[in-house]
Amino acid sequence: MGESPQGSGRGIAAQVARAVATTLLLAALAACAAPQPWVKPYEREHFADPIMSANRDPVSSIYLEHVYESREGARGATGTVGGGCGCN
Amino acid sequence: MQLTGEARVARPDSALRLNPFTRTLLTLCVCTAPVIGGVLPEDRADVMYHYYNGGDITVEGPSVLIRKKVGDNLSFTVNYYEDMISSASIDVKLSASPYHEKRTQWSGGVDYLHGKSMYSAGAITSKEPDYKANTIYFGLSQDMFGDLTTLSLGYRRGWDQIYRDIKVNGDIINDPTFHERADHRGYSMSLSQILSRNTIANFSYELLTDQGYLANPYRKIRYLSPGQGEGFTLADQVYPDTRTSNAASLSLKHYLPWHASVTGQYRFFRDTWGIVANTFEVDYTQPWHSWIFDGTLRYYKQNAADFYSDLFPRADYQNFMARDRELAAFQTYTVGAGVAYQFPHYGWAPWVNRSSFNFHFEHFLAKYSDFRDALLAPEYGAGNEPLYQLNANVFTMFLSIWY
Repeated sequence: MGESPQGSGRGIAAQVARAVATTLLLAALAACAAPQPWVKPYEREHFADPIMSANRDPVSSIYLEHVYESREGARGATGTVGGGCGCN
Repeated sequence: MQLTGEARVARPDSALRLNPFTRTLLTLCVCTAPVIGGVLPEDRADVMYHYYNGGDITVEGPSVLIRKKVGDNLSFTVNYYEDMISSASIDVKLSASPYHEKRTQWSGGVDYLHGKSMYSAGAITSKEPDYKANTIYFGLSQDMFGDLTTLSLGYRRGWDQIYRDIKVNGDIINDPTFHERADHRGYSMSLSQILSRNTIANFSYELLTDQGYLANPYRKIRYLSPGQGEGFTLADQVYPDTRTSNAASLSLKHYLPWHASVTGQYRFFRDTWGIVANTFEVDYTQPWHSWIFDGTLRYYKQNAADFYSDLFPRADYQNFMARDRELAAFQTYTVGAGVAYQFPHYGWAPWVNRSSFNFHFEHFLAKYSDFRDALLAPEYGAGNEPLYQLNANVFTMFLSIWY
């Protein structure tokens, strides 16, 4: 006896559900894997240039942060750790 | 406005009990230990002279910073810093006397590289006749995702002792009736991300908390007293005993095709005293032969703390009262320029890889919206004086050697 149209519809629905589940599982696994570096190590020569350094001259940047922190109400999130007062 | 006394309630605090953030930080330190890669900072020495002049205050002095690797995994750093202060500022003229003093600061730190993890620790000690401060800090930095991302976590703890100088028989001594303390804690997180072969972004967040004596013992509030003297009377400031602040910053640095770089930065700040501040900065760097030129534009704006007033209506108007101009509403504008000259390699010093001489200059303008020049009260009347402005020039020059 041939498969009823209703039974065939259920089969397709099950296949689609399996495909969706597999896709979601693969997507979840891909999200867990470490991403491939989109900038290769040999493409990062510009970041080795001193002009791209986040803190090229620490001796002067620490001092300048102290100047600002002594005269302004805001502080923090600058990447430097200060100590002491010298605030008068 | 009458403020409540809630901020004065000391937090139940146990030095031995770790809070959840510290526990997480320690757990991360342990969990990330066995990874591999990373680079220690270069060995270098800097000798700097710094000078600040503005608002009748001059601060100048030397600073020496030395960094040296020992083996492949350890790098030590030592910094000596000195401020020689000569002050006759508007605050000093109003409620104290001009003074000269010296502040010295020593700091030492160590970085330990283990694979792609960097562990840092250090201490800072600062001493001036009326203020002693000790700070320790710890940090962890981790490269990940093919070294495109660097995550850094930091913790710092500070203990300050505050004194007040008085003049007795011509000698300046610490007031034996005044000795206060303040404790500080800081938690920081930073995420650095390479976005493309020319662009890198950085996000930083820092939470700072203070507890103890947080006012300046020399500065005073003033309140209206019509018909008496200059129309106002000075009184001691009363600050809350605690302060907690949150700061978050975002910066983007981009390499330009003609061998130059441009950086844009923004920082948002908010604290429990009611201060909200925004900082914007743009920096440009242009090398040319043996020279490197830098330019900076910076804009900063904050509103006043909840308990700040330039002139209170009466004595004991509210429980917390301050007139420190750092807590006023104001804007600052900074324009800066710098030049560095890289010396040619000299044969007589083969141990020197490279060396440079640097000069930086900044002009700093602060325009206050609710801090008046109280010294002009006899001329204009209390509360009607012109708003105060601070113009300051800051420069640093330093010699750097990489070895």
